[in-house]
Amino acid sequence: MDLIIRDKIKQVKKGDQTAYEDVVMFFQDKIFQHCYRMLGNKHEAEDIAQEAFIRAYVNIHSYDENRKFSTWLYRIATNLTIDRIRKRKPDYYLDAEVKGTDGLDMYSQLATNDRLPEEEVQGMELQNQIESEILSLPPKYRSIIMLRYLEEFSLQEISDILDIPLGTVKTRIHRGREALRKKLRHV
Amino acid sequence: MNCDKEAVKLMHQHLDGDLTKEEEMQLKIHLEGCDSCQKHFHELKRSITLLKSVEQVKAPENFTKDIMQKLPTEKKQVKYMRWFKMHPIISAAAIFFILMFSGLFTAWEQDSQLTVSKQEGLIIEGDTVIVPEGVTVKDDLVVKNGNLKIDGTVEGDVTLINGEIIDEKETTIDGEVLLASAGDINGEFKEVDQLFDWILYHLNNFFKSIFSWSE
Ligand SMILES: [Zn+2]
Repeated sequence: MDLIIRDKIKQVKKGDQTAYEDVVMFFQDKIFQHCYRMLGNKHEAEDIAQEAFIRAYVNIHSYDENRKFSTWLYRIATNLTIDRIRKRKPDYYLDAEVKGTDGLDMYSQLATNDRLPEEEVQGMELQNQIESEILSLPPKYRSIIMLRYLEEFSLQEISDILDIPLGTVKTRIHRGREALRKKLRHV
Repeated sequence: MNCDKEAVKLMHQHLDGDLTKEEEMQLKIHLEGCDSCQKHFHELKRSITLLKSVEQVKAPENFTKDIMQKLPTEKKQVKYMRWFKMHPIISAAAIFFILMFSGLFTAWEQDSQLTVSKQEGLIIEGDTVIVPEGVTVKDDLVVKNGNLKIDGTVEGDVTLINGEIIDEKETTIDGEVLLASAGDINGEFKEVDQLFDWILYHLNNFFKSIFSWSE
């Protein structure tokens, strides 16, 4: 698959836009999922995932072909999600999302204020509980935990994606796992 | 072994596959004799299993299609190239036709001087033509044998023959420089930098003049 993607990217670099369609198609679920896990909201995830693919296209000439394209793409997507999290207004969800009653909005609230009362958490399905606990991790741990366990990148690849030293990745994944352990211990 | 400092550290190194055989052994021996570390280790592994059990989500329908529609339009020449690749015989005939009757070869080789279709308000520095900030070029702009830098706006089409566009509009994400989408050209943008493109450019103008006749 890597070879096919490499080939497609070469065509895109030459200016062939249709070749990019296959690239997007191949990565769309992965990148969307990554954005969703980082942001906890499908609309925002769609927005940011689209932005990531468009940025990658516009800047395709700055992509170094000796590195993995997926690493570069995840890097753009991760930076954009972290950027979005930073820019969130504290009352963003109160205005925009809370009216609905589906599970989604619950997670979003959790993303901003970390915890629901104990009873409510216990009332949620297991899936939802896990998802909300993931979202309550600080973004710098969340991104690493997601990349490692849901997208199955190696620690070295994560270091490339986030552009931080391998040692830092290790420290953060240790802390992230400890945080997660405490959150999921009673689930 | 100290539980919090050493044993927990070994657990994490184990999870990252970073332990030597001896260290693995040390950890194993400690776990066998220490209930609280055993529990800790179990909780760590269980939280990873739980984490991995979350449902996979898929991109919304039409995700790729939406993106393709939002991309900046591709350079005209690529569309031509693709068309020509798909119709090699017609292409060959067309090129032959053009070469025979237009004498473009000589035209191409003769002029290598920087020329600009419009001068008003533009700055020429060496081989670079600059549309300064605040200046709006109302008509089409053709630059031959030189580079073009647009700080202002061009309302019409831009054609660059044998030159490059110098784009300095950039945005940064966490120290990484990323270009924003193409500059302030309201019309079409064409880059002509090879003999073949030069022919296409003339071919294109030729067809345009036919169509404007028939209108
Ligand atoms: Zn112990």
